[in-house]
Amino acid sequence: MKQFKKLVVPYIIWSAVFVVFPLVLIFLYAVTTGGNSLVNIKFTWDSFQKMAEPIYVSVFLRSLKLGVITTIICLGLGYPLAYMISKCREQVQVILILFITIPMWINTLLRTYAWISILQDNGLLNSLLEWLGFGKLHFMYTDVAVVMGLVCDLLPFMIIPIHTVLTKMDHSLIEAAQDLGADKWQVFGKVIFKMSIPGVLNGVTMVFLLAISAFVIPKLLGGAQYFLIGNLIEDQFLNVGNWNFGSAISIILALAILLIINLMRKVDSDGAGGDEE
Amino acid sequence: MKKHIELTENDNVNEDNLKVSGKRKDKNMKSKKLGSILYIGLVFFFLYLPIFVTMIFSFNSSKSLTRWDGFSLRWYERLWTDRDIIAAVWVSVSIALLATVVSTILGTITAIGLSKCRKVLKEWILNVNNIPVLNPDIVTAIGLMILFSSIGFFEKGYMTMLFAHIIFCTPYVITSVYPKVRALDVNLANAAMDLGATPFQALTKVIFPMIKPGIFAGILLSFTMSFDDFVVSYFVTGNGVSNISIVVYNMTKRTNPTINALSTLVIIVIVITMLIVNLVPMLAKRQDKTNMKNERNTK
Amino acid sequence: MRNKIVELKNVTKNFGNQQVLKGIDLNIYENEFLTLLGPSGCGKTTILRIIAGFEEPSGGQVLFNGIEFSKVPPYKREVNTVFQKYALFPFLNVEENVAFGLNLKKTEKGVVGEKVSRMLKLVGLEGFEKRDVDRLSGGQQQRVAIARALVNEPKVLLLDEPLGALDAKLRKEMQVELKKIQKEVGITFIFVTHDQEEALSMSDTVVVMNQGTIQQIGTPVDIYNEPENRFVADFIGESNIIDGQMLRDCLVRFDGMDFECVDKGFKDNEEVEVVLRPEDLVIVKPQEAQIRGRVTSVVFKGVHYEILIETETREYKVHTTQFFETGLSVGIIFDKDDVHVMYKMDY
Repeated sequence: MKQFKKLVVPYIIWSAVFVVFPLVLIFLYAVTTGGNSLVNIKFTWDSFQKMAEPIYVSVFLRSLKLGVITTIICLGLGYPLAYMISKCREQVQVILILFITIPMWINTLLRTYAWISILQDNGLLNSLLEWLGFGKLHFMYTDVAVVMGLVCDLLPFMIIPIHTVLTKMDHSLIEAAQDLGADKWQVFGKVIFKMSIPGVLNGVTMVFLLAISAFVIPKLLGGAQYFLIGNLIEDQFLNVGNWNFGSAISIILALAILLIINLMRKVDSDGAGGDEE
Repeated sequence: MKKHIELTENDNVNEDNLKVSGKRKDKNMKSKKLGSILYIGLVFFFLYLPIFVTMIFSFNSSKSLTRWDGFSLRWYERLWTDRDIIAAVWVSVSIALLATVVSTILGTITAIGLSKCRKVLKEWILNVNNIPVLNPDIVTAIGLMILFSSIGFFEKGYMTMLFAHIIFCTPYVITSVYPKVRALDVNLANAAMDLGATPFQALTKVIFPMIKPGIFAGILLSFTMSFDDFVVSYFVTGNGVSNISIVVYNMTKRTNPTINALSTLVIIVIVITMLIVNLVPMLAKRQDKTNMKNERNTK
Repeated sequence: MRNKIVELKNVTKNFGNQQVLKGIDLNIYENEFLTLLGPSGCGKTTILRIIAGFEEPSGGQVLFNGIEFSKVPPYKREVNTVFQKYALFPFLNVEENVAFGLNLKKTEKGVVGEKVSRMLKLVGLEGFEKRDVDRLSGGQQQRVAIARALVNEPKVLLLDEPLGALDAKLRKEMQVELKKIQKEVGITFIFVTHDQEEALSMSDTVVVMNQGTIQQIGTPVDIYNEPENRFVADFIGESNIIDGQMLRDCLVRFDGMDFECVDKGFKDNEEVEVVLRPEDLVIVKPQEAQIRGRVTSVVFKGVHYEILIETETREYKVHTTQFFETGLSVGIIFDKDDVHVMYKMDY
């Protein structure tokens, strides 16, 4: 069996070149200036300082705001759903969860494209509102449209981890709580919800991270002038051509995400008493 | 005897009591259940709304995406004649297949090797492996874009896209195969060698069959991840090479129901794959059970 | 004497800084049933893995039929193993598991079928050919593992605590069965166990090990009756172990009393340890014995009573079918054949 140890060598080389090296490059671009040629390269923190400019700060704040809103809506919609699914018969659960996962496999782009035709001024939603006797509303290119698209895209990421912890929960704990005199709401608040916190944290982390780094949905539903962090990065690389600034933003985004993941893990292990990873 | 009758009578009374309270409970449960079904239905409607809209309007006879003007297959016919789309389908499918093959092989041998590594090295590799999974797609994408343009080894286009897909698929293969490898009884490979298998034979005849479910999951993940990818492909491609996602992205700028037709086909392919993958094991289990029964009956 | 099939010469094995085998010398003969017996961590499994080829010794020589073979890979050895948890291939059925080794050797189909069915008959699993291995009981899996190893006609069969996972009754049955199979196939079995009863009831030769060294090699009767040191006496069966002094041949002194014995060859006045097996002690009236004491505990053990008798200097454990009341003053006597004198161990 020891012979098999050598099998990791190709991947070590591979990941050094294609995973680690690109990150080093991003970092190099972030702390240098001098365009894309190596000749007149100069180290500088300019790119990071540039981020403090009001227009960029507003982009960060907007990303943060939409991320938080999307996460809250996903949690509010997703937790009850996960809970209800976990109460179903086992075969029903398998099928429902399968149908929750299927949209995850279908390209975000395709699904978001359909939202355009739903949310347009002459779209399906407005036709429905008109038919019901309400006036037309303007959805496209607003925060509402972007959040709607994000929630639809990211909801499964909230439901699945919560459902997993709910089904894995030891049922005898609920019985023990009832035995000790807890009513339905107390059982839920003091036992079920507490025990599902790891799943909630997992879901919250995933939805929030995917929301703040989203770039297709805001572009399609928010319009060309609608900027979140992802769009800013794209713009710097593909339109403006300032790779240094784009790299600096990417570094900040990656670091922020790393920080959040570690923070959530810490909260998780503290909160759950460290019984599970 | 009398005592016994009394007892049973008592039992009946109790049972009736139980039934009454049970019925009351039933009613409560029923309304609750109805609420659940309604809620689940609503959320599913929300999740599937864009998918259904896409599918329905792909059969619309007019160009409108909001008004139904009758059934037609004209957008599907258009698909066959649109060279860009055919080229993009070819790019998506061939890259997904190639990336799956390469990343499955690379990921599987790495996962097997990992289980035999020293702990420190193993943790390092697993951490590095997590980078593309945790990093936002866009960061991975620009990293690779910078890499490909700075080493200048590949011309941007098909090859860069293929490499990028292998790069982001491999970690998923490793994460699905490695747990299976770790769960293996170390003595299974020893047993094979003890019975005369060379290390290579032990690998092919014992280890691979044992970790097949993990490899299968890895294949599925890589294929769908690659087939579905937009962000990374969008940044690393060049010279007009486009996969389906990029074509769709470029087409969103104007109303074009051909996208709906294309999307519908993609959705159908993915749903069928998902159903097969999830239902076949279930059916196989059932088959196994009936086989067992038959075996027992013939005995 | 029969031919040696495996010889270990001063074999050592280190894992990191830890030496798990400290110079093992062991000859294993053709057709013998040899058991490596010892507590967990004593190195017995490591010896087995060295013979199988899964570990290379750190020092010393391993000879197979007189030829050094410590560098020969496991798949080229005429040795097969029955693993502790059987290590059956779960994706193959019973027949395919047994045929695994033969198929690797590209044996002709007909021959494979014939050999496999002969083996399954030997281990009593006819009619189970197509069964999935995970639908077998522990005992049946055990038999498949044995058949899978034996079908390759190895010169030596290694068994790594194969009965450990079975319940007590099944274990007894398999002990008899294994011994029968060994007689039938007539090859060397090297058996590893920590169960002394298992070792004594099945083996031709028992090797008692502790902390990487061999404590004693002998027949089960030798090991039980003539333990060479305190560890062996303590590990095999129950015993009263007493510090004593060998006054001269056939006379030993302990607790200030002199006793006749049959042991010779010690130096005069050498410090020794004396073993008295509980079942060899006889309880008599106090005035009839040199050793006198009081019964402090009586526990019924199924066939016999285990009685503890406290004397002025120590406590004796006695096994007897007779009942004695606690508090009773009694004497203890024994035959001179039952006094086993051992060299003192240095700790």
